Amino acid sequence: MSAGFKPKHQRLVLVILALVAILAAGALAAWALKNQASYFYIPSEIVAHPPAADRAVRLGGMVKAGSLKTAPDGVTMHFLVDDGKGQVPVTFAGIAPDLFKEGSGVVAEGHMVAGTFVADNLLAKHDENYVPRELKDMSEHQAKQTVEQTK
Amino acid sequence: MIAEFGLASLWLAASLAALQLVAAWLGQREGGETLARVVRPAAVVQALLCGLAFLMLLWVFARTDLSVLLVAENSHSEKPMIFKIAGAWGNHEGSMLLWVSIMALAGGLIALIEHRLPERTMLATLGAQAFVGLGFYAFLLFASNPFARLAVPPAEGNGLNPLLQDIGLAMHPPTLYMGYVGLSIAFSFAVGALLTRNVTPEFAKVMRPWILGAWIFLTLGITAGSYWAYYELGWGGWWFWDPVENASLMPWLAATALLHSASVLASRDALRTWTIMLGVIAFSMSMIGTFLVRSGILTSVHAFAVDPTRGSFILALLAINIGGALALFAVRAGTIAEGERFAPLSREGALVINNVALSAVLGIVLLGTLYPLITEAFGLRVSVGPPYFNPVSAVFVFPMLLVLAVGPLLRWRRDRFVRIKAPVVAIAGAGVAVLLVMWLIAGLALLPLLGVSLAAVVAVAAFLPLRGRSLRRLPLPVWGMAIAHFGVAVALFGMSVDTAFTAEKLTAAGVGDTIAVGPWQVRLSAVEPVAGPNWTALQGRLSASYEGGAEHLLTPQSRTFWAPPQTTSESALLTRWNGQLYTVVGGATEDGRWQLRLWWKPFVTFIWFGGALIALGGLLALIGRVTGDVRRRIATRKIAARHAEVAR
Repeated sequence: MSAGFKPKHQRLVLVILALVAILAAGALAAWALKNQASYFYIPSEIVAHPPAADRAVRLGGMVKAGSLKTAPDGVTMHFLVDDGKGQVPVTFAGIAPDLFKEGSGVVAEGHMVAGTFVADNLLAKHDENYVPRELKDMSEHQAKQTVEQTK
Repeated sequence: MIAEFGLASLWLAASLAALQLVAAWLGQREGGETLARVVRPAAVVQALLCGLAFLMLLWVFARTDLSVLLVAENSHSEKPMIFKIAGAWGNHEGSMLLWVSIMALAGGLIALIEHRLPERTMLATLGAQAFVGLGFYAFLLFASNPFARLAVPPAEGNGLNPLLQDIGLAMHPPTLYMGYVGLSIAFSFAVGALLTRNVTPEFAKVMRPWILGAWIFLTLGITAGSYWAYYELGWGGWWFWDPVENASLMPWLAATALLHSASVLASRDALRTWTIMLGVIAFSMSMIGTFLVRSGILTSVHAFAVDPTRGSFILALLAINIGGALALFAVRAGTIAEGERFAPLSREGALVINNVALSAVLGIVLLGTLYPLITEAFGLRVSVGPPYFNPVSAVFVFPMLLVLAVGPLLRWRRDRFVRIKAPVVAIAGAGVAVLLVMWLIAGLALLPLLGVSLAAVVAVAAFLPLRGRSLRRLPLPVWGMAIAHFGVAVALFGMSVDTAFTAEKLTAAGVGDTIAVGPWQVRLSAVEPVAGPNWTALQGRLSASYEGGAEHLLTPQSRTFWAPPQTTSESALLTRWNGQLYTVVGGATEDGRWQLRLWWKPFVTFIWFGGALIALGGLLALIGRVTGDVRRRIATRKIAARHAEVAR
């Protein structure tokens, strides 16, 4: 191509180029978001409709009292996460957050593999000011769920 | 008394901003010359008053004056002095005052020194700066007063979040704010240019040092923030695509695009409307970032304001500023005359691709950051992380890096491929060689593989524009470009190699046990209690030896703070030229072993070296531009003096 565009045409070409790029980026982003966004589950949901094993999801609920066991290797933990209506076994290998304990809330990031939630990461309450959002609203969210299900 | 003094200064500064706005508005009219003369002094005095208010806040924090609500909530008399002072901006109100102060100082500075643009445009610019400033003054005074008093002072303050008690972090917000708010100058210049329909290369030259300055601070802020997250959070990662990180990345992407398009406008008088648009968008991204971070919509250590009125207040400010500027743009963009034209194969053409790609990445990051908020409105909870951001942004970043390699070799206006064939072949050769070696020998995954190859391409290409030129006479901005582009290659190399070759070991070890991680042998020799000024800790003593060499001591800690009560892991790092050993100690197991997490991260430090090089490149360019401007100003003055002499 030569530099023979009229100024007006050049502006038009640039605008079209930018629009195409933005549309392409938007389409790509939308497609990727649909496939890669990790959905938030509570135990009763994840048991009823387990997501595919290759799909990253988040699980939120209460660590069931008396369910926390550490494997002989000293770093793998097994526990149950409970939402009052269902529970799901979770395994996690790593150093647990400081405020992670039985009977308190947790949000786990990971995958569902053969009925067990394999967590890559645990988010627990950091301090009074830093509560994972899902955790703070959990009861409200659960309430909504219950209402929907009993309708 | 000091707090009241600070508050009074703040009110005065706000009224001066109002005066500045009105005078700039009315001064544009016929016979408004007297009013117009008020604008610049008003901007300067406003800056001084606002700076004074900020100093007063530092003072009450330094003295731990617990009768001030903000101090009582965020400070503690037993904190080290540096964290007492840094605590002044480690909270919502203080950080907003810092924001406004920087904004006022920047506005005062342009009022004081900038005389190159037509006075009408300068008036409009200073008016726009005052308008944006007023919104934030209102926010401070009505919704986030940092100087509010307590009727009954408590005996002791609440303390500062232990995560924030770190010297690097103390400097992090001011650095980022300089970047965020520095972009407000570009925004005001863009609005001023639109209002007075005056978009010229001169305008781009005036705006450029400000963009460069803000961009350097943003680069440093992001780099430092990434390193802080890396060593402080104890997760071994250096970028999490956390909304807060994205909030700082988005203005950086826009500012990077703006920097490049402003250079096209300054050198070639092309891309006029596009540069104006980017000027508006860059600061809009700063404000959106602030809104996301400060409103409490997103939960993170950065979300101070969980008060919904504050969120709505910032949202309204955002809508007025961004909506207003975009509406102005829509109305006026058509009236700005077309700039110079250029061939697709030219420096301008390459920079257009750079700009489009950066904007696309900006859109992708923005969409990914806002998506959880959007779906939540429909009752669906999602989170968006690396599986989205990494591949989708790579689709645009990788081609952009190819253009980055070739673009600086091209001439302005038009060029022929034959002329740059030899260097392009050399660059491509380097890339393909690295690609093949890494693929066949190391068997890397796609993204790190492409990353390493592109790092080689960009590293080689960065210095090619210097060939055949006298290095001693090379202008500083050209050096700056080469070094910044080389920094991109260095950072990309660090990211790719770390992603591909990190070795990780998670285990429970008894005292005396040795653990292998990568080329290291790490022995847990003891676990002992230690105490600091406001914490106690369990400290692991680790002896690490690299490939059987000398032993080095590492002491990771699990710290317990008592004000406020909280436990944090202090990682211990050992840096070699070719990477870092990263160690974290966790809790004790029932049988008396200790949880240890060890990483060998090859070349991970290159990520931050790269960031520092990018900032250094920006700094060189800035110094080059500013000294050039000063020299030109002196020359013009001399010529004018001589003319005057001749006339006499």
